[in-house]
Amino acid sequence: MLSAKEIKKLDHEIALVPIRKSACIEALKIVQQQRGWVSDESLRDIAEYMEMSAEELDSVATFYNLIFRKPVGRNIILLCDSISCYVMGYKKIYQHLQNRLHIKFGETTADARFTLLPNACLGCCDHAPALMINNDLYRDLTNDSLDEILEEYK
Amino acid sequence: MERPLTQHISANHPWLNLKDYTAVGGYQAVHRALKSFTPQEITKTVQDSELRGRGGAGFNTGMKWSFVPMDDATQTKYLIANADEMEPGTFKDRLLLEGNPHQLIEGMIVSAYAIQANTSYIFLRWAYKKAARIIKEAINEAYAAGYLGKNILGSGFNLEMHLHTGVGRYICGEETALLNALEGKRATPRTKPPFPQVSGLFGKPTIVNNVETLCNIPHIINNGAAWFKALGLGADAGTKLYGVSGQVNEPGLWELPMGTTVRELLEEHAGGMKPGFQFRGALPGGASTDFLVTEHLDVKMDYQSVAAVGSRLGTGTMIILDDHTCPVGFIHNLEHFFAQESCGWCTPCREGLPWTEKILLSLENGQGRLEDLELLETHTKHLGPGSTFCALAPGAMEPLQSGLKYFREDFEKHIHEKKCPWDEERNGSHLH
Ligand SMILES: Cc1cc2nc3c(=O)[nH]c(=O)nc-3n(C[C@H](O)[C@H](O)[C@H](O)COP(=O)(O)O)c2cc1C
Ligand code: SF4
Ligand code: FES
Repeated sequence: MLSAKEIKKLDHEIALVPIRKSACIEALKIVQQQRGWVSDESLRDIAEYMEMSAEELDSVATFYNLIFRKPVGRNIILLCDSISCYVMGYKKIYQHLQNRLHIKFGETTADARFTLLPNACLGCCDHAPALMINNDLYRDLTNDSLDEILEEYK
Repeated sequence: MERPLTQHISANHPWLNLKDYTAVGGYQAVHRALKSFTPQEITKTVQDSELRGRGGAGFNTGMKWSFVPMDDATQTKYLIANADEMEPGTFKDRLLLEGNPHQLIEGMIVSAYAIQANTSYIFLRWAYKKAARIIKEAINEAYAAGYLGKNILGSGFNLEMHLHTGVGRYICGEETALLNALEGKRATPRTKPPFPQVSGLFGKPTIVNNVETLCNIPHIINNGAAWFKALGLGADAGTKLYGVSGQVNEPGLWELPMGTTVRELLEEHAGGMKPGFQFRGALPGGASTDFLVTEHLDVKMDYQSVAAVGSRLGTGTMIILDDHTCPVGFIHNLEHFFAQESCGWCTPCREGLPWTEKILLSLENGQGRLEDLELLETHTKHLGPGSTFCALAPGAMEPLQSGLKYFREDFEKHIHEKKCPWDEERNGSHLH
């Protein structure tokens, strides 16, 4: 079931577009923001509200990198694995994350504190290597700075 | 030296709000355009300035606008700022978005007026959280000041502006895929023709321009086409945001005259290679451009000069390949990105890119055969221009084809030695 709060936000987005379905990406974002990810049940509820089939909505949801169709942890680490970060040694940062958190790309820690994902260029290549945690960007990473950063996220 | 785009942006100051921006002459171009120019005159001025699109392809901006049908005044039209910046190694639009959002908004108002569009969107990549916050605030300020909304400055011209943040996929930056993303669909590119100028968002005439392109517009209107042309050092007009990343002393981004040489960027602005590192090559304008090597250091970074040596200016942000980085590993990293970001619509790209990536990985792991190099060459043909639906796959082949040419010996070494010659360094050295 969509909550009253979600429906209010959805209606706002729907009013901005000429065709109802066109707001479906916004709808996925709204629900994911509330619930962390988009379950099959959420997907069906959104599809019904947007007047489209669940299959059509899923084809959209699975196209984009940042709509999560599987549960994720409380904090999401997006480590840049693109070219400038490659040259500047993102693999060392990845190794350090694996040692600290005991998870690989695509995995979530047992306590659900972190999910670790690779991400394409974060647009700060002059400060590589870089990563984002939730909405925050961290640049010029070293193993030491990384340890401090991780402490901020519980 | 003039730096119209970035002169008011400083790393130590917050973004220019409406008050700051108008204090330095901001929104003069909107006053000027709406009062003393017809839409056609704006387009003509921009065309005469020879401004070329800064999103990568370098098409004449005014010419692109001139394809919008202007005969029906009731026709719905759209203007879209492409702020999807996801080309690996590219970090130029971020500065303009975070530093001076009103410059972009002003450029969009003048551009929308030129094509008589009444609705505009900024299509921003999700990762630019700070930019999203700033742009939202700036749009609100512009509405409150009467630069957006109904009857702007009493001219009778109306313009709505919306910020749309994407959910991550490189292909969303391709202009027709972007239109599908805005319509809430899978972001696969569309067939051209019809071009978006005629049939774009929701089937209506639409112009999509890069952020840096649009930020140039107020300056062209204020100072004229001749002024803009004179800013360039060579054949191409204006200034350009140039970036350098990799093992250099001072990686960064600078606004310089169009046509600044690779050498000046590398040695003067980026401070040269870090001690212990040698320059081997550079992708001049993002991941999807052909390598330049030592013999090209004196090439001017403008569209024509870079094209003359077999590459592309692209986004103008260079990525440096150094001697402690394996060229095969470097190219494998690029092809991994392209294979992952292929939208899957057409077969050569969907099947060919993962195959390319696998061959490169097996070479890196010392399992390559000489025939693999021929196979890679074949891919550069099959995925090249004309064989695929959009420019993603041909772009992906550019670093590969030039890499095979300039770093052939390194590829062959992997095969003969049955390992990556950089393996030990990677596992032991202090450098990586
Ligand atoms: C795969 C792909 C990704 C692209 N990504 C971007 C992008 O992130 N930003 C951009 O401005 N142009 C991008 N482009 C180029 C756009 O299709 C389009 O040419 C450009 O936005 C037009 O603006 P301009 O004429 O001002 O350069 C991309 C093209 C391709 C093929
Ligand atoms: S070339 Fe690749 S990205 Fe472009 S349409 Fe074809 S499959 Fe999609
Ligand atoms: S390559 Fe990592 S931020 Fe651009």
